[in-house]
Amino acid sequence: MESVLGRYRNLVILVGVLFLQVLGLAVQVKRGSSDTQDTRLIRIWAVSALTPFERAVVWIENGTSNIWHNYFYLRGVRNENRALKEQIEQMRLEQVRLTEDATQAHRLQALLAFKEQYVAKTVAAQVIGSSGSDQSRTVYIDKGENEGLKRDMAVITADGIVGKVLTVYPSVAQVLLVNDQSSGVGVILEKSRLQGVLRGTPTGEVTVEKVMSDEQVAPGENVLTSGGDQIFPKGLPVGTVAKVGTGKDLFLSIKVRPAANLSKLEEVLVLVEKQQREATAEDLSHTRAADILAQRLPSVPAKPPAEASPAAAGASAAAGASPAGNSTTTAHKPLAAAPKVTTGTGGTAITPKPQVQSGKPGEAVPVQSKPAAEPANPPANPVAQPATPPDQAQPADQNSPN
Amino acid sequence: MPITYTSGEQVEVYRFSLPATVGIPLLALFLQAFLPRRFPWVSYLDLPLLVTIFFGISRRNPISGLLTGAVIGLLQDSLGGLPLGLYGIAKTVVGYGASSLGVKLDVENAGARLLVILGFYLVHSAVYFTVARVLLSLSRNWSWSHGFVAALANAFLGVVLFFLLDKFKQRT
Repeated sequence: MESVLGRYRNLVILVGVLFLQVLGLAVQVKRGSSDTQDTRLIRIWAVSALTPFERAVVWIENGTSNIWHNYFYLRGVRNENRALKEQIEQMRLEQVRLTEDATQAHRLQALLAFKEQYVAKTVAAQVIGSSGSDQSRTVYIDKGENEGLKRDMAVITADGIVGKVLTVYPSVAQVLLVNDQSSGVGVILEKSRLQGVLRGTPTGEVTVEKVMSDEQVAPGENVLTSGGDQIFPKGLPVGTVAKVGTGKDLFLSIKVRPAANLSKLEEVLVLVEKQQREATAEDLSHTRAADILAQRLPSVPAKPPAEASPAAAGASAAAGASPAGNSTTTAHKPLAAAPKVTTGTGGTAITPKPQVQSGKPGEAVPVQSKPAAEPANPPANPVAQPATPPDQAQPADQNSPN
Repeated sequence: MPITYTSGEQVEVYRFSLPATVGIPLLALFLQAFLPRRFPWVSYLDLPLLVTIFFGISRRNPISGLLTGAVIGLLQDSLGGLPLGLYGIAKTVVGYGASSLGVKLDVENAGARLLVILGFYLVHSAVYFTVARVLLSLSRNWSWSHGFVAALANAFLGVVLFFLLDKFKQRT
């Protein structure tokens, strides 16, 4: 026996070392399935040994870069500053428009009791290293448990999502990138509203899976987070569809170009606090669902001026004098043909989505009133215009005839 | 370039100083972890594997080779997000194989080294993917084109690297 062991000593040791490692793998896999995922000591040793050097190199690199860019290389800064100021002005204008849209969207969401996830707090971190392997696409950031980071927190950049926190150490954290093969993010295609799962490929590309092959997806479509994974808030940019092909098992293979440059990450944001709350609207007490829905309905042009009777005009003016937001519906000749009119308690009436054109006998003409003091600006194409809010509605007798 | 067959007595066995034994693998791990931040293509290279092969074929001691491979592999595992032991097992096999090959063959010339690294890269990948898929049921897909390009890149880098690392060799 001894001679056999002596003869095959090397092989026996090899088998022994391999067996120990396989045993170690089995233990890890078993523990990994439980809720508590502890960190191996060897990981802490390795990370503790290497990350200080990485931090130091990044610090020196940044210091050198800052000295060069902030003190020596300032060519063209004045022109750039001017261009940026112009850009800010344009963005401010855009912001005003977007704020209006957002306010309106929040009101509607609140009315429908949507739950929203808000990014409440983020921590900026710098990428200091990586796993160095194309089999495990992870990076290390210079913030950890001390800064409040926890496992499964979302990591993003201004361009789009990056990944999630995988392991947290006291002063560093490991982030699993979205292009890793074990990564999975719930996504939604912006236009087609199709939902899928974003996964990484062996070559580091990103694809959307679980979209049926009979769906229509066009290259260039934006991909956003769906919020279904409970890690990323809904609506964060993920990337754009680069290529659509046929995948396995009746599913499409949708290749996505990530919005964030995953191969050259420098600074990232970690979402350390998310707030989930029902959307609220400040003016909920004054605005009812019916009002907002009425605003969204297409407007119907009023009757031609020639047919507008003075009585009707008078009634319209009278309605305009009533509380803001009122609208009434008048009917021509056969009253039975008029759509059902529902009058709310707040003095507002809504009509079903009108299917009628004005000026035709026997058909109802919803008349939207407005305060008499407001100037009349008839729309160029009233049919194509979205319904205006009641307080901005045009007088019936001043709308262009059909 | 042919691989020259030599007898055990003709093959020279080298050893390394303690700083080189500890410093070279750690430097390889550091560069492997740090460089992809600036140069993403570096992640296709496997500097720890090249160091494992180099120590294996230089020392020509299978036990030393497999232990070097196991330690380097486990350290590399600890930097990634996957269970510890994937690279550990693969590099243990490579370390053992490189040392055993070093005992039988003289792999001092560039052509022989190129072939040896190419072969061991593929062995390493095969063991890694087998363990990942069979033992851990991980959805790791193998791409042949990607694998061969990476093997060639590692082989060419390895030839250059080995000539640099030869400076640290000490005759026994």
